[in-house]
Amino acid sequence: MSLDKPYLDVPGTTIFDADQSRQGYWLNQFCMSLMKAENRARFKANERAYLDEWAMTEEQKQAVMARDLNRCIELGGNIYFLSKIGATDGRSFQQMAGSMTGMTEQEYRDMMVRGGRSIEGNRYVGEDGDAQPHRQPQGAAGGKKEA
Amino acid sequence: MARITASVYTSHVPAIGAALDLGKSNEPYWKKVFDGYEFSKTWLKENRPDVIFLVFNDHATAFSLDMIPTFAIGTAAEFQPADEGWGPRPVPKVIGHPALAAHIAQSVIQQDFDLTIVNKMDVDHGLTVPLSLMCGQPQAWPCPVIPFAVNVVQYPVPSGARCFALGQAIGRAVESYDELLKVQIWGTGGMSHQLQGPRAGLINSAWDNAFLDRLIADPKGLAEMPHIEYVREAGSEGIELVMWLIARGAMADVAGGPPSTIVHRFYQVPASNTAVGHLILENTQTRLGEPQ
Repeated sequence: MSLDKPYLDVPGTTIFDADQSRQGYWLNQFCMSLMKAENRARFKANERAYLDEWAMTEEQKQAVMARDLNRCIELGGNIYFLSKIGATDGRSFQQMAGSMTGMTEQEYRDMMVRGGRSIEGNRYVGEDGDAQPHRQPQGAAGGKKEA
Repeated sequence: MARITASVYTSHVPAIGAALDLGKSNEPYWKKVFDGYEFSKTWLKENRPDVIFLVFNDHATAFSLDMIPTFAIGTAAEFQPADEGWGPRPVPKVIGHPALAAHIAQSVIQQDFDLTIVNKMDVDHGLTVPLSLMCGQPQAWPCPVIPFAVNVVQYPVPSGARCFALGQAIGRAVESYDELLKVQIWGTGGMSHQLQGPRAGLINSAWDNAFLDRLIADPKGLAEMPHIEYVREAGSEGIELVMWLIARGAMADVAGGPPSTIVHRFYQVPASNTAVGHLILENTQTRLGEPQ
């Protein structure tokens, strides 16, 4: 019998459940290793060589090197673990979160100051909110004017 | 005997800690957040507890994927602020209360909650940011703190109902401790926020404020809310709010005592990616040692 996953119809959202965690185990453990300064230095000196020390899939390694956080999450990463990569790069949580929307840092920051992303249209896949698949990427990258 | 005097609820956004540590608390963006805690800092000085039981979550800091305890109680004598990758926060170390923590652990496990007992743990922003918001930048925290970590990182996290019942068990555990101690219980995390994917940046102020209303007036009903509603309405990381129900469950009114007093309520958007919510509830004052 399959697991109960009522959250699969939330747009633009991946829930870090047991299946994702199993898939992302080594990716996330690699991220944890970056909490040590000497490991951050070794990673920065040669990312590929450092990643090759971990039993990650090639797709996971490519996603890390591209800093494609959406792809990392799709492949089992969790944002609290992935934030260690951001810390290594000197990026804040807000910069990391913004990067997953396609918006520029300023666009994302402005959205938050205006009160954040609206829930309207963003509860269920198939609505027309700005987090829906057919409206990606967001911001100027999506070629649409900001409200 | 020991008793719970009050409960405090607050978000624990890491950027709040960074703003304070980097001297940005007077910038207009951050001042709006810190102003909401001015009252609270004075209140805490005037109502200093002997121990704070602080419910928080670890953010892939002390607990990697090596071990994922659902409920973990810190029984150590002290806890160091963690290096989360940006360097440790320049805040005092956290002094524990091993005697009360061990007592609560035994009592709560005997009430059928299978706690993990942690004798060695660094504490991350989930614990230190609430202390900073409530205490400012002291040389030492005002009293010992018992860290209580809840898994809200890997789904499924404990249900609201389970958290609420756990809070009741913690309340009974505190009351069965012989020493005269004033204990505050803090629930932290939330409110609405999502840190991942194209829906990152979600804020739902109406939902957050309804949550605050129900936390005050109908916590038992609120505890029945399923996970999916938190995720859908308050964002994937909004699920942290289940931790507030642990603190709420420990209040006297839940166990048939007199109603809680609302001392302070505050709500502000944004702090970085997150809606900041804050509430202080007091139990009706009775003299220590007096039969309830």
